[in-house]
Amino acid sequence: MKVKMLSRNPDNYVRETKLDLQRVPRNYDPALHPFEVPREYIRALNATKLERVFAKPFLASLDGHRDGVNCLAKHPEKLATVLSGACDGEVRIWNLTQRNCIRTIQAHEGFVRGICTRFCGTSFFTVGDDKTVKQWKMDGPGYGDEEEPLHTILGKTFLLGSCASDRNIVLYDMRQATPLKKVILDMRTNTICWNPMEAFIFTAANEDYNLYTFDMRALDTPVMVHMDHVSAVLDVDYSPTGKEFVSASFDKSIRIFPVDKSRSREVYHTKRMQHVICVKWTSDSKYIMCGSDEMNIRLWKANASEKLGVLTSREKAAKDYNQKLKEKFQHYPHIKRIARHRHLPKSIYSQIQEQRIMKEARRRKEVNRIKHSKPGSVPLVSEKKKHVVAVVK
Amino acid sequence: MTANRLAESLLALSQQEELADLPKDYLLSESEDEGDNDGERKHQKLLEAISSLDGKNRRKLAERSEASLKVSEFNVSSEGSGEKLVLADLLEPVKTSSSLATVKKQLSRVKSKKTVELPLNKEEIERIHREVAFNKTAQVLSKWDPVVLKNRQAEQLVFPLEKEEPAIAPIEHVLSGWKARTPLEQEIFNLLHKNKQPVTDPLLTPVEKASLRAMSLEEAKMRRAELQRARALQSYYEAKARREKKIKSKKYHKVVKKGKAKKALKEFEQLRKVNPAAALEELEKIEKARMMERMSLKHQNSGKWAKSKAIMAKYDLEARQAMQEQLSKNKELTQKLQVASESEEEEGGTEDVEELLVPDVVNEVQMNADGPNPWMLRSCTSDTKEAATQEDPEQLPELEAHGVSENSGSQEVLSELRVLSQKLKENHQSRKQKASSEGTIPQVQREEPAPEEEEPLLLQRPERVQTLEELEELGKEECFQNKELPRPVLEGQQSERTPNNRPDAPKEKKKKEQMIDLQNLLTTQSPSVKSLAVPTIEELEDEEERNHRQMIKEAFAGDDVIRDFLKEKREAVEASKPKDVDLTLPGWGEWGGVGLKPSAKKRRRFLIKAPEGPPRKDKNLPNVIINEKRNIHAAAHQVRVLPYPFTHHWQFERTIQTPIGSTWNTQRAFQKLTTPKVVTKPGHIINPIKAEDVGYRSSSRSDLSVIQRNPKRITTRHKKQLKKCSVD
Repeated sequence: MKVKMLSRNPDNYVRETKLDLQRVPRNYDPALHPFEVPREYIRALNATKLERVFAKPFLASLDGHRDGVNCLAKHPEKLATVLSGACDGEVRIWNLTQRNCIRTIQAHEGFVRGICTRFCGTSFFTVGDDKTVKQWKMDGPGYGDEEEPLHTILGKTFLLGSCASDRNIVLYDMRQATPLKKVILDMRTNTICWNPMEAFIFTAANEDYNLYTFDMRALDTPVMVHMDHVSAVLDVDYSPTGKEFVSASFDKSIRIFPVDKSRSREVYHTKRMQHVICVKWTSDSKYIMCGSDEMNIRLWKANASEKLGVLTSREKAAKDYNQKLKEKFQHYPHIKRIARHRHLPKSIYSQIQEQRIMKEARRRKEVNRIKHSKPGSVPLVSEKKKHVVAVVK
Repeated sequence: MTANRLAESLLALSQQEELADLPKDYLLSESEDEGDNDGERKHQKLLEAISSLDGKNRRKLAERSEASLKVSEFNVSSEGSGEKLVLADLLEPVKTSSSLATVKKQLSRVKSKKTVELPLNKEEIERIHREVAFNKTAQVLSKWDPVVLKNRQAEQLVFPLEKEEPAIAPIEHVLSGWKARTPLEQEIFNLLHKNKQPVTDPLLTPVEKASLRAMSLEEAKMRRAELQRARALQSYYEAKARREKKIKSKKYHKVVKKGKAKKALKEFEQLRKVNPAAALEELEKIEKARMMERMSLKHQNSGKWAKSKAIMAKYDLEARQAMQEQLSKNKELTQKLQVASESEEEEGGTEDVEELLVPDVVNEVQMNADGPNPWMLRSCTSDTKEAATQEDPEQLPELEAHGVSENSGSQEVLSELRVLSQKLKENHQSRKQKASSEGTIPQVQREEPAPEEEEPLLLQRPERVQTLEELEELGKEECFQNKELPRPVLEGQQSERTPNNRPDAPKEKKKKEQMIDLQNLLTTQSPSVKSLAVPTIEELEDEEERNHRQMIKEAFAGDDVIRDFLKEKREAVEASKPKDVDLTLPGWGEWGGVGLKPSAKKRRRFLIKAPEGPPRKDKNLPNVIINEKRNIHAAAHQVRVLPYPFTHHWQFERTIQTPIGSTWNTQRAFQKLTTPKVVTKPGHIINPIKAEDVGYRSSSRSDLSVIQRNPKRITTRHKKQLKKCSVD
């Protein structure tokens, strides 16, 4: 015979210590918690609004250069160390936590065209307009020593792409004498950047305001065309997670694109920031740095509304929940409108309007042409294919 | 020699040919009668073959035997014109010589070599090189595909991907560079050294080592397992005992006690057989226990419990029974004393013990029947219910007979009413079960006796409904009691029933319930039910099918989709109808106050009737509700187009409908639902994905270069790796 008993175990409702959270017995009967969709909708709406309220991405500006910042480089092992080369041949090393310049080197005459650090972080290389490549020690010289470069040695990378002013991208394999393949685009490509998590994907920042993400194995069609800038895109850098990248543009703004979206999710600008020449995503994926024409390096948060510092577990849970809610209701018109709303400088705003009109006109013309010509004689070219002129084997 | 052999073989061949040709010739001869000519020609051929044997390629001048097309003007046949002159033929002398063989070989070699092709121009070569290189690189790169795909589809990615092992330096390393400086430290170290406590490497004293060596791992494991098992068993039994101890049911304890007694008896029997001395001791123990019991006078009416029961016994049957039981027990015990004293001299004291230990089973059973066990009760009531339903059709004719003439006794009227109510209730329930085939209009049923087809339906009603109703009625029972009227009927029914010592209470309850049901139903029978257009199904159906349907009906007794839909539609229609405007002011021009309503005349006068709206679009569509009013305010908040990853609107709706908050989900589910896709740790450097993560080492990249530049210098290691790559 089975006898059912009411049983009360104190373990179920008595705390072990005073610091424990009180156990709250809950009834999850859906009848007791009605209106789940409207309630969650309101929560999502509030979360979206709060996200916009707390979107304060700008962290710091590092000034000290006496000419436009032309290139940036990250230290491979220290998050706080950043190197920058200016248009007057000056190289500066910065400490981001203290937000000051540690070291200044007059490396070249004319532009510093490029900087890269050695994989171990002990030294770095600079390329200048004075046709030299110099290697420098990362630590400063001892007391009394003079600041001078070590020898000039080339580092080794196996697969590299180059973008030349004759509007093409060439892929090389360093181990072979010949280039691999060449793709010719509409206009000049300024920079390319490889996806750190997907070895065969790279993104090209193009002069025609767009960015193109290519799969290296199929160059005839880009995987995605990213368009939002209203002027030439000068630099691009991937987030170390490989999910997003940041692009710097001549239109005095930087934008963050998800890899698989054609529109940007974020745009950063300040009143004083001029044409942004170089941009870097820090290797902990939390911050973005950009160097611009007006001699400053700026530090931004990668997530505009993210709270810096340590989060308690409840804060973290709330953050995750809000994130999920925003994702869930992102298609709802009101939420979408609030989430997408950005204040833009007038120049960019008017440019966007103008380009929209231009684009619409072009599209209309295309449609008309197709409409009034023999069916099939005017081919429909997709947006992706439109920009690739040719692929040279 | 060779020539001779050749000739022979050729001869044989030709003969064979002849033989093979013969039948064909016959056929021909039948038609043409030119057998002789054919024979001649064959002969000629043979001769030619023979003559050609001595020289390999000696051309023989064709003799002109008959008119032929092949004859040229120089009398040279063009038969061999197809064959080319081979260089080697020129060299060949009549006799073969060894010196010429080499030359011939060389010649053949020269002949086999073809002309060298023109070299490609540089551009093309380069392009080919590039293409090959590109293909190779692409192939190598495709190794990343699985990893990339995995990362793209991952539910959650935690960066940095590779786990950083916390660098824990072993204690020896830490200690090696450390020296005792303060006096305290030195003292401690001295002590340690005295005990031969090792400071470095394996942190075990010699004693510990010895002990380790002494006990093997296996043994230790076994011992530990044994201990664990013992502990587990102990805890299990403890838990069980605790659980059983807590059970409040008296009956359970009684059963347990009985079981124990039986067991004890059995054991005692066995013990007596095996070890009489021990059995005697046992017996003494039992005796002693009984004596204690007797002394304590626990079973007399002196206890607190017994006193309270004695007070209650006047009113409560149970209490009276309990008291009775106790008294009987007491008597038993005292009797035992006498019996025991009698049998003290005798040996067979065991039987007494047996009598003592065996509890009164017969009493128990009766107790069970009367006891307050709800399950037992329920079965009883259900029995009565069934009986009642069976009786119904029998009583119906009676109703018919006396229904018209109302002057007969009030009992009859009452019974009539009761039956009627029963009928109504059944109708109602059957419709509730599923308004499909058998549900007929109640009016028809009111007039005629219950049709035979309905019998199974009525009987098979879910029982739970009944019991629930009973429960409801139980409460009402006291207030509605009107004992005078139903009694005769009850008595009549009682006599009809099979002889069964069922208690009367439930039966009465049932009757009451019917009474009340009648009242309820007569007042609350809603007109809406009648107006329902219930779809009908032909009644000509197999028994099996009906049974099947019945089963389904029972299974889905709760949800009535058609009815719900119709109701919804009716509501929608009502809601969409323009409303009348009532402008009457209560108390205006006449008396007002609580409970006073404006007069009908006034109401009629001030009621502004709404104009008939246009006919609804779904007026003629019975299965459709067309919402004619789109809510613009709501539309502003609704998604207009199906978002990208979804392929159907219900997918999207479902995702929206499932809540993710902790209000609706358990903590664990909430956490699972809100896991972010990408997690990064602040201050941790995320390195790019490495070739090692893919499964092939970075050296495979160097494979390519090695092959490209110096294919001869491939080492065995490289070969292996290449093989691996190709296998992959």
